[in-house]
Amino acid sequence: MDGDRTEPGTRPIRVLIAKPGLDGHDRGAKVVARALRDAGFEVIYTGLFQTPEMIATAASQEDVDVVGLSILSGAHLALFPRIMDALRANGMDDVLVIAGGTIPDEDVPLVRDLGVAAVFGPGTSLREAVAFIRDHAPRRDGPA
Amino acid sequence: MSDRSEAAGIALGERLLAGDRRTLARLLSHVEAEDAVGRAGLTRVYPATGRGHRIGVTGPPGAGKSTLVNAVIGVYRDLGRQVGVLAIDPSSPLTGGATLGDRIRMVDRYADEGVFIRSLASRGQRGGLARATIAAAHLLDAAGFDPILIETVGAGQDEVAIAAAAHSVVVVQVPGLGDDIQTIKAGILEIGDLLVVNKADRPGAEITARDLRRMLALGTGAKPWTPPVLLTSASTGQGVVELQGALDVHRSALETTPAGHGATGSAWDERVRGIAGGEVRALLRITLERWLDRGGRDGTVVAAIADVASRRRTATDAAEALVRGAVRDLDPAG
Repeated sequence: MDGDRTEPGTRPIRVLIAKPGLDGHDRGAKVVARALRDAGFEVIYTGLFQTPEMIATAASQEDVDVVGLSILSGAHLALFPRIMDALRANGMDDVLVIAGGTIPDEDVPLVRDLGVAAVFGPGTSLREAVAFIRDHAPRRDGPA
Repeated sequence: MSDRSEAAGIALGERLLAGDRRTLARLLSHVEAEDAVGRAGLTRVYPATGRGHRIGVTGPPGAGKSTLVNAVIGVYRDLGRQVGVLAIDPSSPLTGGATLGDRIRMVDRYADEGVFIRSLASRGQRGGLARATIAAAHLLDAAGFDPILIETVGAGQDEVAIAAAAHSVVVVQVPGLGDDIQTIKAGILEIGDLLVVNKADRPGAEITARDLRRMLALGTGAKPWTPPVLLTSASTGQGVVELQGALDVHRSALETTPAGHGATGSAWDERVRGIAGGEVRALLRITLERWLDRGGRDGTVVAAIADVASRRRTATDAAEALVRGAVRDLDPAG
């Protein structure tokens, strides 16, 4: 592929990888970011300790198609509703939100009810996550 | 261009001018994708541009560009100015993917309404910028951001495209990267309006600054502007206020110095013309390249190449004929 000759009107899928909350481990998030980059996505990685407002502002300014939340602290039920609210408040109604990390099985339906499209727990193959994003990222080719 | 795309672009442009930040983000995507919506939107807002101070920040990987940008944003915010940032990182030539990590170091600014940070992947463009960088800067300009900080790809030696995209260029160095011959080789002194030795809390910073000043003194001829050499430490805040002050001084100097070589207006006007000239040339080149990649019209390109290979025409004659064909082909009225 010759990147100099990108045809007008196309763009790679853009993904924000964010680490909400107070756990200080981002190795998993970095591995995911790397895999998504290798899949041809543009990955904006924002680092640790992100508040819901910071995540939503970054998602909006970067105009991403996908927000990936990596969470290991157990605070997902406290943080995810605030993140979803902040995304909506920033006009990001159609963004695809997915989550990874340690989310107990019994919480997955609750998280999905909040609008998180998929939860990728430990052991999910990266290929699966890439395929899910390709299938579900909102198409932004239209004129609006 | 379809009427629908054009109408959508104009509508986005109007919402951008009305101050809607989400619209700015969307229009940036269209401009980055070089689609018809982005083109119409940029056309709509372009007359409102030309106010913001465009500042390039370049230097080798690990020099602390993003951290320094973060620190300088703080000074501008204290002055009540709205700051736009374009942070460019390389795309993988193999997959087209990119990891855009500059935001990590600008984390202080995430929830500040007066700061807008956008990461751009280089998408195959060489020279340390993304192809849509200047167009993206126009949009931030139209949205009222001043300054607009453009952080290049961590540059090695020939990433000097920023010099044709900014009014002021800050070249960031760190102590201990090599002896002064490295500095000459890098060609980077020529493009720097301000030279910064960052991580000045490290040993050797004064020596690096002294070497840079010596190199500058070796330059031939009287120049209206001698780049200041500033010592900064983004982590301690040392020199950051001074750097912002020096940027304002550089802008004033450009505005009050006559253009060189007998040209009209100020040195600022000359830079503005330089940016416009670079932008037009780049777009001419890419427009022709895309026409060529589409094969021209009716196999003209293939035929021309065959003529050159079989010695019926020189490459020069063939290229000129192709340009004439392209002009006819690209004329929307034709």
